[in-house]
Amino acid sequence: MASEVEETLKRIEGQRGVVGTVVCNADGIPIRSSLDGVATAQYARLLRKLTVMAKSAVRDIDPQNDLTFLRLRSQKCEIMVGLENEFLVIVIQNLHQ
Amino acid sequence: MQDAFFCRGSNETVLFVQDKEDGMEHGDEWDEWSHGKTLTKPPDQLELTEAELNETFTRILTATNPHAPQNIVRYSFKKRSYKPISAVDQMAVHFVLEGNLLYKDSDEARRQMAKQGLPAVIFVVFGSACIGFTQATPGEDAAEMEEVEEEDRPDSAASKTGKKEQKLTNQINFCERASQTLNNPPRERNCQTEPPPRCNFSAIANQWEIYDAYVEELQKQEKNKEKQKAIPSKKDDEDDDRGKKKMILMETQTQSDDLCKMAKATKILERMVNQNIYGDLAIDFKYYEDCSDEFREQEGTLLPLWKFQCDKAKKLTVTALCWNKKYQDLFAAGMGSYDFSKQGRGVLVFYTLKNSSFPEYIYPTNCGIMCLDIHEQVSYLVAVGFYDGCVAVYNLKEDGQQPVYQSTAKTGKHTDPVWQVRWQNDDMDGNHNFYSVSSDGRVVSWTLVKNELVSTDIIKLTMEGVPHLSTASFDFHKQINHLFLVGTQEGKIHKCFKTYSSQYLETYDAHTLAVDAVKWNHFHPKVFISCSSDWTVKIWDHTINTPMFTFELYAAVGDVAWAPYSSTVFAAVTVNGKVHIFDLNVNKYEAICQQQVVAKKTKLTHIEFNLVHPLIIVGDDQGYITSFKLSPNLRKQPKVRQSSLSRLTDVMPMQI
Repeated sequence: MASEVEETLKRIEGQRGVVGTVVCNADGIPIRSSLDGVATAQYARLLRKLTVMAKSAVRDIDPQNDLTFLRLRSQKCEIMVGLENEFLVIVIQNLHQ
Repeated sequence: MQDAFFCRGSNETVLFVQDKEDGMEHGDEWDEWSHGKTLTKPPDQLELTEAELNETFTRILTATNPHAPQNIVRYSFKKRSYKPISAVDQMAVHFVLEGNLLYKDSDEARRQMAKQGLPAVIFVVFGSACIGFTQATPGEDAAEMEEVEEEDRPDSAASKTGKKEQKLTNQINFCERASQTLNNPPRERNCQTEPPPRCNFSAIANQWEIYDAYVEELQKQEKNKEKQKAIPSKKDDEDDDRGKKKMILMETQTQSDDLCKMAKATKILERMVNQNIYGDLAIDFKYYEDCSDEFREQEGTLLPLWKFQCDKAKKLTVTALCWNKKYQDLFAAGMGSYDFSKQGRGVLVFYTLKNSSFPEYIYPTNCGIMCLDIHEQVSYLVAVGFYDGCVAVYNLKEDGQQPVYQSTAKTGKHTDPVWQVRWQNDDMDGNHNFYSVSSDGRVVSWTLVKNELVSTDIIKLTMEGVPHLSTASFDFHKQINHLFLVGTQEGKIHKCFKTYSSQYLETYDAHTLAVDAVKWNHFHPKVFISCSSDWTVKIWDHTINTPMFTFELYAAVGDVAWAPYSSTVFAAVTVNGKVHIFDLNVNKYEAICQQQVVAKKTKLTHIEFNLVHPLIIVGDDQGYITSFKLSPNLRKQPKVRQSSLSRLTDVMPMQI
């Protein structure tokens, strides 16, 4: 199971335009990343905050609902965050091939 | 002397006689008095006539207060209006003075008396409501001072009742006596304790925090209930232990396999990344409609969309394509090789339109796959036929790369490549079963019984003299379950019944070369289509021996498929890389679309229409599967009233 996920992450990293992926655990500590240390820490820290707020917003409206994905599209790139079991998977992809 | 004054109305003059205390001389008195009798007019007196002076004015004295207002109105909520009040307070207070008299029997008075030391006995004698207070005469001051001092002490017994002739204390004249005592020097003493440890606590009370707390509480209660139920049944102790061990194992596993938890999320993320890369294709797929179709009259085009390829499938030929009925974006492709000399491995891949860069499921096989079919209801069961004559069933829900069922020589596998497999309806016992057809001439039914694959020969296809026929394709009728067609390598098509094992119902001399595909029409129960390597595509009515339509495509036709949305539309692929789409309703002789979709050297092997979307997938011999969107002209559907069936019937030529 873990190897399949690892393979999927490698495939994602190999796709066109993808800058990198970061996987964080429940405490916000990155456990696997394809970016350098500084960028990893930055993405992990900032997106952790954002997802906590987004999750709070979603659950405040309906406590039985929960946040699954978050997509942040900017001029240069798109940051996609998937949440599952308190883990965060972050993928950064450049647009404008 | 008397004081006297009287007035008669305000208009009259005022006469008053002054009073003198001391006596005066008689003569002067007389003068004074007489003077006093003359009228003295004040300077501002009114001048009135006699008649007016004698006018009597009646004055009525009433008890009403002249200063009290007479027109007070109050708002009445009942009547929603202002109402005058009838009864107005008429009391006029002229003088108020707060007195300091106390009722002698009241609490306050008794307290005071007790303080002063006056016995109650004295006051009983007086009895009435007036309070008598005594004033001490000045001569007795000295003696009384001492007594007053005595009385001032609160614990003096003499202040209480019992003593008759008590000296009454003097409340006014007393003097204070005090003496100063030695004051002890004050010393400060303190001790300091350690402050209790503090920590800051903050929390947010959101709706979901509250909800979570309630849910936790509920779960605790339920656990308690279960524990209570579990206590009486002590047999469960062992199970509990085992359960606990399992729990511990699970926890350790989950801690170590961090990545496993994110399988689903990563899968969706991969699709999201693909969506970003191929975003245009997705939008085209959904929304693009070729506007030039309006001007082109009958012709249509194919818009190329996603291209599916897999490393493991490179250089293999796509030998089978099948859409999943339940998940309409999922399709299966079987790879192998049609070339006798180049037989090697094969692979079964499942792609979804949402992720064109990598398959959802990959099953590598030892032998090339020749055909596959996905069960209509149980969409995770896939039947596969191999080049070596084996058939296998894969279960997509199971992990693992091996099929769940596989036929062997013992269980009756074919001796030649299996050209077609088809799932059938569940048999009477509820077991799934499928048919397979192979070049060894046998049509075999396989049933999935528990863990085994049980085979039953249905038909052995023979021809006069020749022990077995090499079959290349077959198709079951959509409505009549037991009727099916078999196409052979020699170019004949046989119509057979499942139940008749020895005889064909009918034989059609269809083609001069091998029949690559036969397909029944989805709507018309009598019509089927066949294609062959002899460059033709023919449409038949199964009651008639000769084809109704024949189309020449100038290249060997690899596959043909009916459209699921119209009874008159079908598509064919040829080995020169072209896709031909026909609509008999529009043009009975020519294709309405002939498009080169791949390089000329690439052969197209299979084509399938998507059941829901206007999409076709085409497989070729390089291991690529390309998808195309059909332009509107190719998708003309019958209007509601006119059924597809009648459309085709209208188009069919009259037979004498």
